[in-house]
Amino acid sequence: MTPAGDFRTSYRADTTIFPTRNSRIALWLGLALLCAAPLALGRYELGLLVNIGIMGIAALGLNILVGFTGQISIGHAAFFGFGAFASAWLHDAAHIPVALCIPLAGVMTAAVGLVFGAPAARLKGLYLAIATLAAQFILEDFFARAQWFTGGVAGRITEPFEILGWRADREESFFYVVLAWVVIMFVGAANLMRTRDGRALVAVRDHYLSAEIMGINLAYYRTLSFGIASFYAGVAGALYAHYLLFVSVEAFNILLSIQFLGMVIIGGLGSVSGSLMGAAFMVLLPEVVQAGADALAGGAIDRALRLGASISFLREMAIGAVIILFLIFEPDGLARRWRLIKAYWKLYPYSH
Amino acid sequence: MAAEPILAAAHVSLRFGGVRALTDVSFHVNPGEVFSIIGPNGAGKTSMVNCISGRYRPTEGRVLFDGRDITHLRPSRRAGLGIGRTFQNLALFGHMTVLDNIMVGRHHLLRHGFATGMLYWLGGAQREELAHRREVEEIIDFLEIQHVRKAVAGTLPYGLRKRVELARAIALKPKLILLDEPMAGMNLEEKEDMARYILDLNEEWGMTVLMIEHDMGVVMDISHRVMVLDFGRKIAEGTPEHVMADEHVRRAYLGQADEAVAEDAAEAAAP
Repeated sequence: MTPAGDFRTSYRADTTIFPTRNSRIALWLGLALLCAAPLALGRYELGLLVNIGIMGIAALGLNILVGFTGQISIGHAAFFGFGAFASAWLHDAAHIPVALCIPLAGVMTAAVGLVFGAPAARLKGLYLAIATLAAQFILEDFFARAQWFTGGVAGRITEPFEILGWRADREESFFYVVLAWVVIMFVGAANLMRTRDGRALVAVRDHYLSAEIMGINLAYYRTLSFGIASFYAGVAGALYAHYLLFVSVEAFNILLSIQFLGMVIIGGLGSVSGSLMGAAFMVLLPEVVQAGADALAGGAIDRALRLGASISFLREMAIGAVIILFLIFEPDGLARRWRLIKAYWKLYPYSH
Repeated sequence: MAAEPILAAAHVSLRFGGVRALTDVSFHVNPGEVFSIIGPNGAGKTSMVNCISGRYRPTEGRVLFDGRDITHLRPSRRAGLGIGRTFQNLALFGHMTVLDNIMVGRHHLLRHGFATGMLYWLGGAQREELAHRREVEEIIDFLEIQHVRKAVAGTLPYGLRKRVELARAIALKPKLILLDEPMAGMNLEEKEDMARYILDLNEEWGMTVLMIEHDMGVVMDISHRVMVLDFGRKIAEGTPEHVMADEHVRRAYLGQADEAVAEDAAEAAAP
């Protein structure tokens, strides 16, 4: 929806990512605020933002696969993990600077994703889900056994990000690295979706039979989608590795895969910005619930119900409950709710 | 009949297990023609179109397009050769805007893939998009769907969706366009509009049209030649007048003793 009086006079103006002047101002303002964030926020809060960024990139990759192409993957965490190990391994084995390792790890993960995505050219729905589940377990097993690559069960120490002598080994500095990657990856996805191959992916999702008649090679685009999703997962994993400075196998289990799916669904299937919203939601939700639990601890309710130690279990349950409520009441995700809020303010005080 | 036919089907048979959808059908379409396939329900009309567009592979026989054997070509490759089609039951990309739907039709004409597409401003993807957008807007103007270009296709009423589907097929720049019941479920006014679009496509845009249609009035009015299928067999082919006069057609298609219907149709055929 565009405000009255905002007429586009060229096709170029009609194909921008951010359609109105106000939204562009908000974008630059938001970026400026984020750039200033390390000056105002503590390390813990910055750590949360870094996590949101990393998870957001990975969720965006999964959204391209699940939301835009209509495939399913429950092995995304394995690709995320592969990216993390690949980046650490590239730096140790080939002495490539970390700044280069991150995109290279993305490319390596994309290659692995293409291999495991090959069944996607033929399988659909539940069958594909099981095939990606197999990918998850195969890769997890590989992580545990390939000592040379992952350090085995002991894990692997990674080097901090460094470019031109600037070391990003603290939250305050690594935040900028993640911010830059978030901007690159999200702009890339938004661009993809307004050009040929992005439209082809959505066409495959919406009606694959007529997509084929329109000249779209189904097998190619279904596999490509896996490749792109894995690239995003790989880059996010690499950032994760150089943020924690230590990677180990346990982190990349199927629970994380399902968390990624949760982010995509909560954020909004088929929405680029929704992926970031979903990641933010999933990262911040435990914090909010924890704060609630802390407020509860020692209070009247705590004493009356003798909750005591079970408050922490309450937290886990609350997270599950919120996700279920989301699926019931907001199945189209945060992205749609955000559109509705924007529309409300534009139309106020009239509802149509 | 001097020109090489743009499309030729030679002895095409299609069987699904024991069901014979098509039996030994041969016909050709000349460049610049409006060619209609008619026949009762289940006669094999859509099966024939599916053999041409690649959804089905004929059990026997060959399909030639522009002199080239396309019998075993993947459907997605046929778009690049210049075959576009619309579907009997709408097959739009429901969650995309009308504009994006039509831009998907340009797929085989666009060169920028995912890598340069992601870079957009670098490498010329933007320039290409805008150039094609300009051409797509001409199609939008032609079919008079300017007012819905930003609407999500799945939310449009039936008549408009039919038009968007036609727009998407035209965007392919096809030499041959296959229209599967373009006027099904339309009211008289919409049918007249659609007939006008088809004629314009044929005469001004220079496209050869192969059409399946049940509305005999329209078929007889705008087709150059007509083929009649019944139970998967070709029972007649020729000019509308010729076909209407055919004894087999009267019996198989228009009902045996019902002279009134036949006369009605014959009347419609006369200009």
